[in-house]
Amino acid sequence: MGERLSIKTERDEQQLFNSRAIVAGLIVLIALIGIMTRLYFLQIQEHEAYTVLSKQNYQKHIPRAPTRGQIYDRNGAKLADNHAQYVLEVVWDSVPDQNNDGKKRWNDMQMMLERLNKIVPLSEKDLRIFGQQVNRRSRYQPTPLKENLTEQEMAMFAVNKSRFPGVNLERRMQRYYPLGTVASHVIGYVGRIDDRDLERLDKNNYAGTTHIGKIGVEAAHEDRLHGQAGYDLAEVDAHGRHQDMIEREEAVGGQDLILGLDINLQLKAEALLKGERGAVVAIDPRNGEVLAMASVPTFDPNLFVDGISSKIYTELRDDPDRPLYNRALQGAYPPGSTVKPMNTMAGLYEKVIWPGKTVYDPGFFQIPGHKHRYRCWKKSGHGGVSMDYAIAQSCDTFFYDMAYRMGVDKFSGYMSLFGFGKKTGIDLTSESDGLMPTPEWKQRRYKQVWYPGDTVNIGIGQGYWLATPVQLAHATASVAMRGKRIRPHVLRAFRMAKDKPEQILQPEVIAQIPARDKRHWEMVVQGMVHVVHASYGTAKRVGVGAPYTIAGKTGTAQVFGIAQNARYDASRLAKRLHDHALFVGFAPADNPQIAVSVIVENGGGGSSTAAPIARKVMDAYLLKKYDDEPPTEESGEVEPADIVPRVEGADE
Amino acid sequence: MISGLLPASLLKMLQRVDLVMLAALSMLMFMGLVTLYSASDTSMMMVYRQGIHFVLGLVLMLLFSQVEGKTLRQFAIWLYGIGVVLLILVLMVGVIKKGAQRWLYLGIDIQPAEMMKLAVPMMVAYYFSEKPLPPRFLDIIVALILVAVPMVLIMKQPDLGTSLLIALSGLFVIYLAGMSWWLIGGSLAAIAIAAPLMFNYGMHEYQRQRILTLFDPESDLLGTGYHIYQSKIAIGSGGVYGKGWLHGDQSHLDFLPERHTDFIFAVFGEEFGFLGNLLLISLYVFIIWRGLYIASKGADTFSRLLAGSLSLTFFIYLVVNTGMVSGVLPVVGIPLPLVSYGGTSVVTLMSAFGIIMGMKKRKRNYQTEE
Repeated sequence: MGERLSIKTERDEQQLFNSRAIVAGLIVLIALIGIMTRLYFLQIQEHEAYTVLSKQNYQKHIPRAPTRGQIYDRNGAKLADNHAQYVLEVVWDSVPDQNNDGKKRWNDMQMMLERLNKIVPLSEKDLRIFGQQVNRRSRYQPTPLKENLTEQEMAMFAVNKSRFPGVNLERRMQRYYPLGTVASHVIGYVGRIDDRDLERLDKNNYAGTTHIGKIGVEAAHEDRLHGQAGYDLAEVDAHGRHQDMIEREEAVGGQDLILGLDINLQLKAEALLKGERGAVVAIDPRNGEVLAMASVPTFDPNLFVDGISSKIYTELRDDPDRPLYNRALQGAYPPGSTVKPMNTMAGLYEKVIWPGKTVYDPGFFQIPGHKHRYRCWKKSGHGGVSMDYAIAQSCDTFFYDMAYRMGVDKFSGYMSLFGFGKKTGIDLTSESDGLMPTPEWKQRRYKQVWYPGDTVNIGIGQGYWLATPVQLAHATASVAMRGKRIRPHVLRAFRMAKDKPEQILQPEVIAQIPARDKRHWEMVVQGMVHVVHASYGTAKRVGVGAPYTIAGKTGTAQVFGIAQNARYDASRLAKRLHDHALFVGFAPADNPQIAVSVIVENGGGGSSTAAPIARKVMDAYLLKKYDDEPPTEESGEVEPADIVPRVEGADE
Repeated sequence: MISGLLPASLLKMLQRVDLVMLAALSMLMFMGLVTLYSASDTSMMMVYRQGIHFVLGLVLMLLFSQVEGKTLRQFAIWLYGIGVVLLILVLMVGVIKKGAQRWLYLGIDIQPAEMMKLAVPMMVAYYFSEKPLPPRFLDIIVALILVAVPMVLIMKQPDLGTSLLIALSGLFVIYLAGMSWWLIGGSLAAIAIAAPLMFNYGMHEYQRQRILTLFDPESDLLGTGYHIYQSKIAIGSGGVYGKGWLHGDQSHLDFLPERHTDFIFAVFGEEFGFLGNLLLISLYVFIIWRGLYIASKGADTFSRLLAGSLSLTFFIYLVVNTGMVSGVLPVVGIPLPLVSYGGTSVVTLMSAFGIIMGMKKRKRNYQTEE
């Protein structure tokens, strides 16, 4: 295009500019109305929501962990206590950006830890545990870094504190078990909260808590012991630094628990089992309170509080004597002859025996039409055996015959009324069910039919039957209470605080075990008294000199089956293959105050090993005779194992 | 009379100052200092230093207001040419700060891009003042190239905010020169199509991130999103009346990043609320309108185009900054004019206002001019 004649007149251009400027001015107005609309939305319409967000920004709930309740024995001896200790804690969110890359990342934390390490030495373990913990928690919550600071470490940190924003020195209460290994299975221990704990925890209530009960009373009564967390509502800046306290809600400490345990009795029981593997359970039959629950060997729960080293843990776990295992609660043993008094009640109830009934014992029992001999422990036989004599002499033939004629369904059915085959529901974790076998169970478990011989075996507490020491003590207590089953429990009472009154838990009656005739209970108890006090009792030695009447029952549970005609020779067998020694009993027989079950693994005879322990436990409790006296045992008649070859062809 | 105390020459210089504009600017600067005092956690030092910037800016405003359009016009090519050379130098030997190469060390660290904020509109206005208006298509293309060269150079630094401001200051000249509405509409449509391509291929990762964050600030609360999230909380929690001066929790408890510079609007909004914002925004609108009014009284085409463009650039500062802080525009480093702390932008802006004032037609000097 040729050079268009320039009609560049000042007026046209002025007008053109003016119109453009006016349009621009309008656009400016519209755009700024748009901005004001946005501000209207933020400041008026959504104002409430942003006010909440703003408060959430600068108001932080800083959890205040409640003080864990203490645990006492029934006489006020302290079993679990809290000790003050000093802990370094880190709030990740408050750890500043160390390398100035504008981001707060893990390497910032690592750089800070390296610097801190020069002031307060941090062990590998500290760092490892911290690394695990810090990722589980909110960045705003403190995570413990190092526990149990020494005076010098505290002083060093205090001087350098300003160099470590986000790291705080906190006073913490740490769990401490003053009696160490004593009753450790019952008391249990606390340990650091782990992932599994986190899944089921009330996160708010545990926000400031680092430890939680893992086993024993500590775990079973976690809810009572923990208490209610409080918080500080504090104004904090963006770096998590506290500016002002807005309000504080005090934590409510956990309840103090008073256990039924008599720690002197517990000590006595543990001392009596010393060097053995075994368990003693003592229950007050009147209310179900557990007076002692010893499982030996034992362990020191204090090891677990601070995070047990894997070396020590492996040692404990792999120890063949299994110290971590609570035999009283988790150990399932063939109850052997200890259950004969309960069996007798079943026989009476099902009318297969009656008070005047006698059974002839030639030294064995045979299922009619079968050749196999189920041997009585007394090879020569007991001759004519009454019910009373059968209990006192622990005559196997009498009970083989009784169980055989009752049949497994009635037998198992009645025995489960005593709680066999089911958890007693004691207030402790990981209780074993034991096993009260039935044909259905055998079919399910072994895909085999139930043989009549199986019934014969369980007639003397052998075969498939397994019971825990707690179940045995509970069943014995139920006999002592003439059929009244009261749930065993460890927790006797609690109090909300030191200055608050104790509230004693009411015993829970589970059921009344039915009997054809109430006098049957007295007859069975009489049989048990004869076990200890009659001249023909299998445990007559332990009754000597007792100022109270003991009702008891010995038991010797076979660990392995021996061939039909072989003889049991304890001296030739490895210790691990020796029979378990058992004893159950209660005293005084007419006014029961304590029911005891004793098992000594591979201890040999019930009357020789287990019964004396029970006697000493009863003496300790009833006579307050806690000091041991030199044993005055003379060797007497030894009840051999209730030998029942249980594998080889019960029925041909 | 005050005039009696002042030298006659100074009095004469003051006559070139637009007093209405000056009053509005002073009020804005006062509000800026008040907000800065709060945003800097009551640091008198910051206020004092910003005060120095303001004084320096006012002196420059006074000086630039003396310069007439036709005088300035002669420097347009030189200023632009030197600016482009310096920008190239920046990319070659510039000082890197905060991940961007923006500074050139010439005795002191300078930002050539800052100078281009004035040089580019001057150059484009100069170009159109030589041509018949409304501009022919070819002239528009030339003008666009004049805009694009510095824009691309600054983008390379990278400084998205400044390159955007500079590009717009040039485009405003083209618009004010009378580019046809059809072309404007067509260009906007083309941009709408090109934008996604630009987003995918023409941007740095961090720039892309900022735009993405805009749409979902909560997605990256520890990174880019944190700024927007916290500033929205600050503004929103301010409500109608605000939390009161010095009582903004968000700013005083350190939740607001960059709060005395780019995000100072959030501090203002938190402490003075919606009503405060209304006042502030109205003041800005008034200043922009006044700038456009002065432009329309320009002595010649160059004067009008330059003053108009500078006024509208001021508007862009405002929209981009408040849009960013209130969470509707991406985070680009553009300050809230005359309120954000910072000497460079105060100096540039006040120089621009001086230039705007200088563009006004002089009545008395008509006959003395040759």
